[in-house]
Amino acid sequence: MRASSRFTFWIKGAQALALAVAVCFSLGATEPNSRFVDLNHRLMCTCGCAEILGECNHVGCPNSTGELNELRAGIAKGLSDKEILDTFVAKYGAVVLAAPTTHGFDLVAWIAPFAVFAAALLGTILLVRRWSVGKTQSEAPASDPAMDALRDKIRRETE
Amino acid sequence: MAAFGSFALLIALALAAWNLLAGAVALRLIATGQPSAISPERLADTARRAGIAGFWAVTAAAFALVWSVFTNDFSITYILEHSNRALPGAYKFSALWSGQEGSLLLWAWLLGAYGFVLRLTHKRDVKLYAYAGAILAGIQVFFLAILCFAAPPFSLFQGAIPADGAGLNPLLQYPEMVIHPPMLYLGYVGFSVPFAFALGALMMRYPGEKWIKITRIWTMVTWLFLTCGIFLGMHWAYAVLGWGGYWGWDPVENASFMPWLTGTAFLHSVMMQEKKGMMKSWNVWLIFSTFLLTLLGTLLTRAGLVSSVHAFAQSSIGTWFTVFMGIVLAVCIFTYILQRDHLKSEHHLESLVSRESSFLFNNLVLLAACFVILWGTLFPILSEYVVGNKVTVGAPWYNAVAVPIGLFLLFLTGVGPLLPWRATSLRAIKRNFVLPCVALWATVAVCLVVGVKPWKDGAFDQGSFYAIVAFALSAAVFTAIASEFMRGTLVIARQSGRNLIWAKYMLIRRNTRRYGGYIIHIGVVIVVVGLAGAAFNRSVESEMALHDKLSIGPYVLECVGATQDSNANYNSEYALLDVYKGGKKQFQMSPEKRVYLASEQPQTMVAIHSRPEWDLYVVYEGTNPDTNQPIIKAFLNPLVSWIWAGVALMFWGTLIALVPSLKPGTQKGGQQ
Repeated sequence: MRASSRFTFWIKGAQALALAVAVCFSLGATEPNSRFVDLNHRLMCTCGCAEILGECNHVGCPNSTGELNELRAGIAKGLSDKEILDTFVAKYGAVVLAAPTTHGFDLVAWIAPFAVFAAALLGTILLVRRWSVGKTQSEAPASDPAMDALRDKIRRETE
Repeated sequence: MAAFGSFALLIALALAAWNLLAGAVALRLIATGQPSAISPERLADTARRAGIAGFWAVTAAAFALVWSVFTNDFSITYILEHSNRALPGAYKFSALWSGQEGSLLLWAWLLGAYGFVLRLTHKRDVKLYAYAGAILAGIQVFFLAILCFAAPPFSLFQGAIPADGAGLNPLLQYPEMVIHPPMLYLGYVGFSVPFAFALGALMMRYPGEKWIKITRIWTMVTWLFLTCGIFLGMHWAYAVLGWGGYWGWDPVENASFMPWLTGTAFLHSVMMQEKKGMMKSWNVWLIFSTFLLTLLGTLLTRAGLVSSVHAFAQSSIGTWFTVFMGIVLAVCIFTYILQRDHLKSEHHLESLVSRESSFLFNNLVLLAACFVILWGTLFPILSEYVVGNKVTVGAPWYNAVAVPIGLFLLFLTGVGPLLPWRATSLRAIKRNFVLPCVALWATVAVCLVVGVKPWKDGAFDQGSFYAIVAFALSAAVFTAIASEFMRGTLVIARQSGRNLIWAKYMLIRRNTRRYGGYIIHIGVVIVVVGLAGAAFNRSVESEMALHDKLSIGPYVLECVGATQDSNANYNSEYALLDVYKGGKKQFQMSPEKRVYLASEQPQTMVAIHSRPEWDLYVVYEGTNPDTNQPIIKAFLNPLVSWIWAGVALMFWGTLIALVPSLKPGTQKGGQQ
């Protein structure tokens, strides 16, 4: 197969795949409303069990039933997600949220991991590029012969 | 027995201190060649023997505690608080690690046991082993000092001794709890050995790759213990806690996961040092970090710094750990600065697209994952310190931040083996990556066609999206590894004229480390598929009167009874549920709720019916006080059994990697 026809083959293949994906996405069926489940997984049980509200299953937990009822009431009243979460924070404090918010100092919790990861990734790429460029420009400097001899001696003695 | 145990600990402390001091003096004398009244070799040997004797002294102390549990010696506070007369034998044994003092004694005993084995095999390299032995003795001094002065396991109860104890925490009265903590501790403590060798080798300017070869088996066995410990803990959480999940990003779970990540990074990067003489400083710091993280995890959960579902009671030992970590870090930094010229790389990376760089990026991502978990664990403390506002960093945060990094790591798992050493060409990349790319996109297409879509109720669903990405990447990685296996197998089959099964066996035997590693990677892929299944968990909850029915997925649960039972240890209530599928009765499940008599604490005993495609997971949540009818919560958790299957494969892969490779010319029946 010639290069140009092979290229066309891959382009057409990619188009077919994109079309198939688009068709599949357009066939989406709507699930029953899961807002209650979504919200109760964004809140913590306040009884001290350190569990997500929707997953706290302590027998006779003094708090989770009340919290879940408050959540149901909030949804029934037509409050938005933000209003419901704000109501919980006002009543129980910020610890009731299962994750930090995205404003104020809480934002640092979200940004720092990606910033550190990106910086480390960039640093590594630059380092490898520098090494590879240095390699093509000049051979690595010869190592210290005394140190090499010492290493060889230790290797032999510890075989 | 309390006095015997206490004295045994004091003797062990004295022996460990002698091991450290005599060992350090002897090694200093040998290094400087100074004349001395006593031969430094003999002094070093007394240090070694003190280490061996110290192990027996700690064993005596551990025996004393176990004996006291079995003889119900409630004059010892620890026994009074962690056992009772009706406690079954196996759980009496596990009382050894159910509390702070006992678990520290277990730690000291395991450290002694590792040191015992190390000191018995010292002839392999007397000087390096002497360094490592002295460093281990230093660690042992710390733990024994805590046991003697800060958290004594044999302290006596003041006042009239009660007739019975408070009993073991009900959460721990489960068969896996008899093996999960020792496994985890074997992993934690085991990293002390490569740490001691690394520090010792750096102190004596030992050739880098030789200490790595010596400690390879130690490191892999330790890693295996930690892996098994973590997954046993997951399975325990799944089967006992009754919330339908296995990993809650709890600080104690995170504490075990962080050293696992750095330990895994170390296992990968040491290959670079062995093969290319690269990343020497990196490796030394990886193993230093791994050891420090085991200490940090212990500090976090025992000092009450973070709240956890299963943290130990708050105590003063946090200060001890902080000081010890400071000393260890200072020693590591000082030694590194002093000897860093010894750690210069013999080669540098030549290309961004090479096996070497894939190892580097793999390490980077593993460390990034470790940082994310450490950051999430410590952020509540940081937030309280900076703005005076304590926040929760729970599963939603970890799912949003750690999962993408985990998926990137999975991607690298597949890419790494496809890249050759040094550098690669575009043609080679195309050739190696076609099949995995086809597998990836085919999986995406299949997921969408069968109804696994990244949205729910018309909105983007993060969980489903990540699950599809995980399935697709898993398929690609599996294809990449399988094609590596197939390529090698076909070459051997062609060369030897034997069948593919024999050829595959020979392929693995000729390079157990490489192909054992690939098997571990396949295990990881299977685990990831299992984890991704959690995005599609379903649950229903209902109060069930007699013959009431509850539907979930293809199953219908019918309540056919609710009854009670009791024995000397606990009272229990349980429901009997007939499970129907397609109108036919399949099996019966009996979820249970126990109330332990000694502690008066309730405990869930989940009923699980496991299938490859999903687990039917049923919890008895208790009874409605108004109607006296049982409340049942049923979960349908897809692909959970894949996690345990994947772990089993990781276990076997590690065992294979531990077997020495067949040297050329020694295989039977084939071409030589």
